[in-house]
Amino acid sequence: MARIDLDLAHSYQPDPRQDADYALLPLKMSFADGGAYALLGPSGCGKTTMLNIMSGLLAPSRGTVRFDGKDVAQLSPQQRNIAQVFQFPVIYDTMTVADNLAFPLRNRKMPEDQIRKRVGEIAEMLELSGQLGRRAADLTADAKQKISLGRGLVRPDVSAVLFDEPLTVIDPHLKWQLRRKLKQIHHELKLTLIYVTHDQVEALTFAEQVIVMTRGKAVQVGSADALFERPQHTFVGHFIGSPGMNFLPARARGRALDVAGRTLALPPGLALPEGELKLGIRPEYVALTAAEDPAALPVTVAQALDIGTHVLVTGQCGELKIKARLNPELEAPRCGDTAWLRVIGPHTCFYQNEELIP
Amino acid sequence: MELTLEGISKKVGAQPWLYDMSLAPKRDAVTVLLGATQAGKTSLMRIMAGLDTPTQGSVRVDGKDVTGIGVRERNVAMVYQQFINYPSLRVADNIASPLKLRGEKHIAERVQSLAARLHIEMLLDRYPAELSGGQQQRVALARALAKGAPLMLLDEPLVNLDYKLREELREELTQLFAAGDSTVIYATTEPGEALLLGGYTAVMDAGELLQYGPTAEVFHAPQSLRVARAFSDPPMNLIAAEAVTLGVQLNAGPALSIPLPAVVSKSLTTALTVGVRASALRLQARDGDVALPGMVDLAEISGSDTFVHLSTAVGEVVAQLTGVHYFKLGASLTLHLSPVQVYVFDATGALLVAPQRTGGH
Repeated sequence: MARIDLDLAHSYQPDPRQDADYALLPLKMSFADGGAYALLGPSGCGKTTMLNIMSGLLAPSRGTVRFDGKDVAQLSPQQRNIAQVFQFPVIYDTMTVADNLAFPLRNRKMPEDQIRKRVGEIAEMLELSGQLGRRAADLTADAKQKISLGRGLVRPDVSAVLFDEPLTVIDPHLKWQLRRKLKQIHHELKLTLIYVTHDQVEALTFAEQVIVMTRGKAVQVGSADALFERPQHTFVGHFIGSPGMNFLPARARGRALDVAGRTLALPPGLALPEGELKLGIRPEYVALTAAEDPAALPVTVAQALDIGTHVLVTGQCGELKIKARLNPELEAPRCGDTAWLRVIGPHTCFYQNEELIP
Repeated sequence: MELTLEGISKKVGAQPWLYDMSLAPKRDAVTVLLGATQAGKTSLMRIMAGLDTPTQGSVRVDGKDVTGIGVRERNVAMVYQQFINYPSLRVADNIASPLKLRGEKHIAERVQSLAARLHIEMLLDRYPAELSGGQQQRVALARALAKGAPLMLLDEPLVNLDYKLREELREELTQLFAAGDSTVIYATTEPGEALLLGGYTAVMDAGELLQYGPTAEVFHAPQSLRVARAFSDPPMNLIAAEAVTLGVQLNAGPALSIPLPAVVSKSLTTALTVGVRASALRLQARDGDVALPGMVDLAEISGSDTFVHLSTAVGEVVAQLTGVHYFKLGASLTLHLSPVQVYVFDATGALLVAPQRTGGH
């Protein structure tokens, strides 16, 4: 296992001139030995480029990739001792499950008795023990992908295991199980795991640290609660959570805040820079309140949708849309009603130039 | 339009793909076909479209039998999981193609307005290969809408998109469906997506149609264990129980005071199943609650919620808690539940009791 340090930039063009020419803007990042990390972002954000640079499938156009201090930027995945798991199963159909799992170990000439033991352990963790003697070709797509995961995790001496959207082909019901498995396995094996995904549940559940990326840039590195409670960038507020954070254009004037043509009162102790900013509040923290509440905006209810566990209300306030996720035990407003939604409270964040005001 | 399926079944060789089912999706509204892969959603849609004929039963459109009539003779628009466009045509011509086929006038204006509704007006001169997945699917959706067909069939149209894009497009689609006058059938494997689409839901499992009704109603009152399983994510907690004087006794757990319907025969109440939605388990106790102590197996975080898996005397349960919470693996934790928030199913899996509801409508 290894600590990984990146100090690099990457462009697929020979002569990048502007930010948009970079797949990865200049960045410095460290991955601790034995840590569980996720690279999270929409397609085209640079996360797969970063993964490929770490694995050695791609050389960065400039800068260094260090494993335990040693620059490996020009070394192949084999030389870096990296294990990889891809979106689709990569296994040998004609081999048994046991032989598939043993393959990476036999390649490394591990003694057979140790191989048997390790294969047994991994199969047990992934609940494949009952299928060890079966031909991989006869298994379902889900089971095949489990074998792929097992092959990635089976070698105890790897520098890191890299996962590229490994649960894409798995049925939603089974995803629950496999997400849990991966988390438990990280606990037991203490491998350095780096996981690329666009799925927030996978990223937040699996990783101790999540790197949120957009447009070739890491906009926040943090734990799940930091990303939820204090998004450092409006993109993080938008991307984490379903639906994402509400953002309302506002203007600060001393103790007052102008939002959507109303003047709201700021809580004592909160100082904001004068001028244009954005108020951010998650739908989970928007609350119904009494008319004329100085921390609230009046909205016309455009939709009140029973989503089973909550009522999802969309309120229209002039041009602005505010979403609120309300407790289903309370009487929900009806479509067309006027409702007052509280938007200023302990969980409200403020942004200037898309960055969180500390 | 009014689509009616009567006594439909489908066999491929000796293998039954769809078992005898009848369905009349609400006209000019959205009906979600909800079920896991292999539930029969696509087979059913192919019959609705006229791409396949049923082995038995009839398909009616506005009362007229169309069972043997092929897709070309019907007015149906379809959108698939894969982004299907004409690769050699620019976006504008892709959207225009159904309009040209019908020899319509004012095509350029129609294309403009459809493109604007799907936010692809700046891409009209590009070819599909130059677009992202989300943009390609928007083109396919715009073309389907251009058809103005009274029946629109969408087979997991958003499944291959990033979830944020899915969220955005789903919301736009819901608005487009609400504004239009097509009967829309929308297949998905995700319970959450069905709830967000609203409308009506038909729950399918292993080739059977299990239940049809307004989406929220089906969710809150699943007629059977199978529906409850299919329409819950995370899975509903299911606990073995038996009837006792004051209500039900959870096996190896506490008793819950729930009045059971008097008409239920004794033979059906010996092996009950109590269903508890993950969202009905709470960290804070309230008056009348029953406690379920246990040990934390794992906490999963979705961004908006934390799902805690707990080993308890009644088996493993999952609780859904709003916001981000951390729990140490192996830590002790007690969850609380109110007896009025549980489901009870009889020995055959039929619903006996559904939770009382106060809020949402």
